[in-house]
Amino acid sequence: MRPPVGVLALQGDVREHVAALTAAGADPRPVRSVADLSGLAGIVLPGGESTTIGKLLVRFDLFEPLRDAIAGGLAAYGTCAGMILLAVGVTEGDQPLLGVLDVVVRRNAFGRQNESFEIDLDVAGLDSPFHAVFIRAPWVAKAGREVEVMAAVDDHPVMVRQGHVLASAFHPELTDDSRLHRLFVEMTR
Amino acid sequence: MERGTTRVKRGLADMLKGGVIMDVVTADQARIAEEAGAVAVMALERVPADIRRQGGVARMADPTKIEEIKDAVTIPVMAKVRIGHFLEAQVLQALGVDFIDESEVLTPADEEHHVDKWAFTTPFVCGARDLGEALRRIGEGAAMIRTKGEAGTGNVVEAVRHMRAMTREIRRLGTLGPEELMAAARDLRAPYELVVEVAETGRLPVVNFAAGGIATPADAALMMALGCDGVFVGSGIFKSSNPPAYARAIVEATTYWQDPEVVAKVSRGLGEAMPGIELEALADTDRLAVRGW
Repeated sequence: MRPPVGVLALQGDVREHVAALTAAGADPRPVRSVADLSGLAGIVLPGGESTTIGKLLVRFDLFEPLRDAIAGGLAAYGTCAGMILLAVGVTEGDQPLLGVLDVVVRRNAFGRQNESFEIDLDVAGLDSPFHAVFIRAPWVAKAGREVEVMAAVDDHPVMVRQGHVLASAFHPELTDDSRLHRLFVEMTR
Repeated sequence: MERGTTRVKRGLADMLKGGVIMDVVTADQARIAEEAGAVAVMALERVPADIRRQGGVARMADPTKIEEIKDAVTIPVMAKVRIGHFLEAQVLQALGVDFIDESEVLTPADEEHHVDKWAFTTPFVCGARDLGEALRRIGEGAAMIRTKGEAGTGNVVEAVRHMRAMTREIRRLGTLGPEELMAAARDLRAPYELVVEVAETGRLPVVNFAAGGIATPADAALMMALGCDGVFVGSGIFKSSNPPAYARAIVEATTYWQDPEVVAKVSRGLGEAMPGIELEALADTDRLAVRGW
């Protein structure tokens, strides 16, 4: 059976995650309201602008139901902006954060768009490197004790897992490699 | 580690999807835009409605202004260069803006050639009126397309015309056989390889936003319903009577365009929209969309 996996569809690269989840054997569903959260086995928080998505979550009363669902065990995977939204803190500024992943994130840590890059990255649990696309990407500045670091660039963690919550600073949905989406779909089963 | 690749450039445009990019002329306006939920801001000297009214040569913004705006917000900052003015583009790249708009809103610097956008690390967005124009710009390296519309008019009719034209031509390519695509490329005056790609995938190879005349939440929702990936709002926000309210309402209508109840709710009590201009009232020489080819 294809597990129903939501993709938060307020803003960002929703279409790419829908395609990657389909390739990974899930049944993806866009999430724009509280009602869309029911019956999901997992949820993806896509890339986009974390400030925009966070404000929309609050304004349309999705923030608390989403936080409670993930805190209550709903598997979650955040990429880039999604990673920021899952975090407990950011190093600078003030924005709505779900606080379900025990990391503090530095936004735009690698720089602005001219510093965006692609790289072959070793990821824990994969038998060959993953071609990772970083766009104005954050990194994890501080990780709690229960957080497993799965990948790093220049010693900065860029992929982490804490129980049923997975996050990457890069965008596997922008490549044809669906291994990380498959890993997440396995986490939803 | 590779920088400035096509994937990285088009990828940033992907991250802007479903969002609103707002024209701003000061750091304060940039903060209002970010607070309202804009996904990016476009830093410029004057909004299109003022360029129209004041006339004269419209150029790239002052670097000081661009830097003030960059320092004021954490979202991506875009800025405009004149069509074909690759030196202005080099300056913007050196300033570290996140996206360069080679824009018909400014006075063109070259009537024959657009900028060779492959030569840059910074991605470019360009305006288009139809599929052929969009594919010519992508062929030159544009990582994102927007409709030209008719900037500074507060009148959405041209943006609708341009989006409908693109959609119609993309659909038509999908009905053609492989032997018909070379003639289609000739008729569209577009690179053959891109024509083949669009015929196979049924969409542009890059993100396509609406721009030029969007003034209300319903205008933004309309452009999303016509298949745009997101919306640029130029004069529509800071020439309205209540910019923070308009900015926020247009963001919300862009996300919830499929839900007319939300669009109705956010459209209530916004005050006066920017004053509009009938296209018939515009002399041909005052039309910005005809700049570039």
